[in-house]
Amino acid sequence: MIELREVSRLFTVGGQEVRAMDRVSLDIASGEYLSIMGPSGSGKSTLLNILGLLDTPDSGTYLLQKWDVTHLNDRQLAATRSRTIGFIFQFFHLIPRLTAQQNIELPLMLAGVSQRERRERSRPLIEAFGLAERCHHRPDELSGGQRQRVAIARAVINRPAILLADEPTGNLDRHAGGEIIDLLEGLHRDGLTLVVVTHDPEIGERAARRIRVVDGRIASDSKGP
Amino acid sequence: MDIRDQIGFVTTSIRAKRLHSALTGLGIAVGIAAVILLTSMGEGLQRFVLSEFTQFGTNLIAITPGKVTTMGASLGVIGSERLLTLEDAEALRHLPGVEAAVPMVQGNVEVKAGTRTRRITAYGVGPEMDRAFRMYVGSGHFLPPDDHRTARPFAVLGHKVARELFLDRNPLGERFQIGNQPARVIGVMEPKGQILGFDMDDTVYIPAIRALDLFNRDGLMEIDILYREGQEAGEVVAAIKRLLLARHGQEDFTVTTQQQMLEVLGSVLGMLTVAVGALGGISLLVGSVGIFTVMTIAVRERTGEIGLLRAIGATRAQVLGFFLLEGTLLAGLGGAAGLAAGLVCAATAKFFVPLLPVHTPWSFVVLAELLAMAIGILASILPARQAALLDPLEALRSE
Repeated sequence: MIELREVSRLFTVGGQEVRAMDRVSLDIASGEYLSIMGPSGSGKSTLLNILGLLDTPDSGTYLLQKWDVTHLNDRQLAATRSRTIGFIFQFFHLIPRLTAQQNIELPLMLAGVSQRERRERSRPLIEAFGLAERCHHRPDELSGGQRQRVAIARAVINRPAILLADEPTGNLDRHAGGEIIDLLEGLHRDGLTLVVVTHDPEIGERAARRIRVVDGRIASDSKGP
Repeated sequence: MDIRDQIGFVTTSIRAKRLHSALTGLGIAVGIAAVILLTSMGEGLQRFVLSEFTQFGTNLIAITPGKVTTMGASLGVIGSERLLTLEDAEALRHLPGVEAAVPMVQGNVEVKAGTRTRRITAYGVGPEMDRAFRMYVGSGHFLPPDDHRTARPFAVLGHKVARELFLDRNPLGERFQIGNQPARVIGVMEPKGQILGFDMDDTVYIPAIRALDLFNRDGLMEIDILYREGQEAGEVVAAIKRLLLARHGQEDFTVTTQQQMLEVLGSVLGMLTVAVGALGGISLLVGSVGIFTVMTIAVRERTGEIGLLRAIGATRAQVLGFFLLEGTLLAGLGGAAGLAAGLVCAATAKFFVPLLPVHTPWSFVVLAELLAMAIGILASILPARQAALLDPLEALRSE
């Protein structure tokens, strides 16, 4: 599903070159549940951004579903993000003036899906995520957990192959965070490839495969309980 | 992506900041209101002036002495050319298709009846002038069809002159002095009012031969031809030219149809309308700066949102489109408000000052609204481009 070959990413900070990713090679199979852990600044977010095509490597190759996506143009990038990848962010990134339902349907709207079909596809998600009573409310009227559920619904409404979550519980209390992880794991059980970046070991340890990133390199890659 | 969805999405941001949007729209509204009000007045003026002119009829041809190659009415300056004479007018009268040929000499003169005197404009004309120019005699008759060389010293008074000279007396048959000549009143014109600033009631009409003598002139200032309805103007002009060429031996005269005059006048007044419209357009410029500012702020405030849109599959072109559309809608709404305000102002002006010529053609309304939207697009190009070129990752981090 995902093959990274010798991928590096350099940043220049204050005139100094920093290797946020240093010749990283990584394979992720379809249907895997993977957590990426590591200290702040270790490069785990950079790895996630490259996987999500929000950032491009300076060297190396990225094959997504056997397709070289290292050098795509803007239109191809947008189309691939739209069809293949679902994003979840620590700070939800909901649009404050849209209702929960409109936020959920946003990727479909961008993809040119008709309003009727959008309704048909958002409805079951809203029900399944327990948002039925809140779907006409705006984000500022929702709790943190509800907001993240809206964000997850938005991430999966276009039926992506892979779900990338960047500290999905980082802005939630313990209880809400647990619910969100349960929800994500449920989606994984239904067949979705799930990659979670976290610095919370308790959450990271729940994944079947755990990667530890230190100084832009994969320090460890362990499977099984 | 469906345009209705785009509009729906963009409208949410316009509605989310109502005051902001309203103030921005106001800038455009003021500009559009000024443009529509000023062009309405310009158009009204144009129509007013043209209608003043066409009340004399449109099948008129003016012949003036001297050859001018540029358009415009000759003032009858005497050059080395042969003059236009009463005989020329008489000969033109007999051309096929010509209904009336009116010789014309004009000048300022003092009239005197008893102890009352007045300075007026005297027109030396032929007996067919009233018919040619659609002027009507109120009492008595117009000048009789005398032989033009020996026309009797009769005079027809404008309504105002008759009142000023003879007060409440019936002026018909009364004698009076026009310059150094005696004359007898045989008619009084109906009140006509002012036409383009000339008081048509403060005039006296006398036979052309008498006016030539009075003003000490050898030639006519103008001959006006009224041709039959349905006659081709070009044919009449050609016939006039042939005849005068034969009589003068050279083309030392200028023939201008009423249509040509109206076209020139129309184009001059049309320019005026455009000019005052452009003046109103200056305030539109100010409005466009408002749109630019607000859109630039919007891009800055919504950087995180732009990043998110890119992350969930929006192309640069879509982001560009959103911001262009937002600017266009803002300006379009402002423009619509301005149109409404401008039209109300125009109607109010017309109601309180009925003499003020105000006219708003629908084409102006449509053009003004398109102009507003075009300004919206132009003013938001730079901010929209800025938004489209944002790096999605940087944009997401900004929140």
